[in-house]
Amino acid sequence: MNNNPQLNRNGELQHLLTTEGLPAPILLNILDTAESFVGVTERDVKKVPLLRGKSIFNLFFEPSTRTRTTFEIAAKRLSADVVNLNIAASSQSKGETLLDTVNNLSAMHADMFVVRHSQSGAAHLIARHVRPEIHVINAGDGRHAHPTQALLDMFAIRHYKRDFHKLRVAIIGDILHSRVARSQIHALTTLGVPEVRVIAPKTLLPAKVERLGVHVYHQMAQGLKDVDVLLMLRLQNERMLSARLPSAEEYFKYYGLTQEKLAFARHDAIVLHPGPMNRGVEIDSAVADGKQSVILPQVTFGIAVRMAVMSILAGN
Amino acid sequence: MQLPDAELLLASLTAQMRPGIAANTALVGIYTGGVWLAKRLYRDLEVTLPLGTLDVSFYRDDFGQIGLHPQVKPSDIPFEVEGSHIILVDDVLYTGRTIRAAINELFDYGRPASIRLAALIDRGGRELPVAAQYVGAELALPLDKMLALEKATDGKLTLSLYNKTLRDNE
Repeated sequence: MNNNPQLNRNGELQHLLTTEGLPAPILLNILDTAESFVGVTERDVKKVPLLRGKSIFNLFFEPSTRTRTTFEIAAKRLSADVVNLNIAASSQSKGETLLDTVNNLSAMHADMFVVRHSQSGAAHLIARHVRPEIHVINAGDGRHAHPTQALLDMFAIRHYKRDFHKLRVAIIGDILHSRVARSQIHALTTLGVPEVRVIAPKTLLPAKVERLGVHVYHQMAQGLKDVDVLLMLRLQNERMLSARLPSAEEYFKYYGLTQEKLAFARHDAIVLHPGPMNRGVEIDSAVADGKQSVILPQVTFGIAVRMAVMSILAGN
Repeated sequence: MQLPDAELLLASLTAQMRPGIAANTALVGIYTGGVWLAKRLYRDLEVTLPLGTLDVSFYRDDFGQIGLHPQVKPSDIPFEVEGSHIILVDDVLYTGRTIRAAINELFDYGRPASIRLAALIDRGGRELPVAAQYVGAELALPLDKMLALEKATDGKLTLSLYNKTLRDNE
């Protein structure tokens, strides 16, 4: 027996809740399977019959366009039936609890839940509660985890850089509030990246972040030196109000990724961003649309990676 | 049990197929053994259309029982399927379920003019109405045995017999 709530008793993936604690072979199997789905999405008929007859519920308790849409497309390309629920605007506002909502949907014979919630741990709570034949995918919970985003970033890194074992990777921006950063750090470390850096002002770093195995920098010039991969984070506007930052302009001056700052990194470094971007805040348009940016391929890879996760879960 | 020599069977298969190869004929190998055979046939028969490969994992009918195969390979069909004459290549023809899945997958790339089937070994036991036009040899085997094609480092192909385990079929 294992204590990982994501694995079944055979050690196979039962739910995808976080990249933390997942062994490298499971992460690599997801990336390898996604390679095969990239081909499917380039065909005339962009669909395979794998999840025919399965019902997948997108439970979004927090607004999201890109993640919800890519999960929906991924499920449809696997021939599943998809139901999108924007719960912020429905029964929860009438007072229903999270688990009552899930119970009701389970009674409608759901096979899989894709959950986005502002509270850390929401997807874990649902995973513990559902019947064993139902699978749960965390599509972002509070500040905690966003595993499919991290996996699609890993897919893009492997696509352009091939070998994880020789890379310097920097994560830049609001590490403190970022579920994406946490999931990226765990995935990068597990996949054998020898040097993971975080670059941020002190006010946007969690206390004792070094314990995650990262090197901390507060200045772009030092932090970006010899870096192969730049993982940009979105600076959420609401953080400005919390007095952690003086202004968007000042943030851009010190941490906004311009061509000038990008030149500190290796000449063949790639730039990723999970979107949606704040142009002129964390990233300059010249970089976002420049030749080192792989931000749009990331979106395409995201569909293949989500197809891989859904089909692996549904088969276990 | 004495198994036939895979290299001799492949030579026989090559000779049988030669008259059926035209400018619009394309070979498509099914992973893993079928791809090894298709590569050799592609070279020896001097096929002009590029070689295709299929991994039928996304089209299998036993996904509900055994889940996704852990080592899926990308399918690659680098020619225009619409109007082409395709010969599917597999190592062992058994229940016919792999071939059903392969045909379904091909039709998601377009509408071929025809599909034929070449198999190194036909071991009978069909569960679907599938037949091969080109067969290296017919071989009756006990139900609990699995026949597998293997490739040595020097490229030489051999046949081996295994006891069936839970995950294997065909």
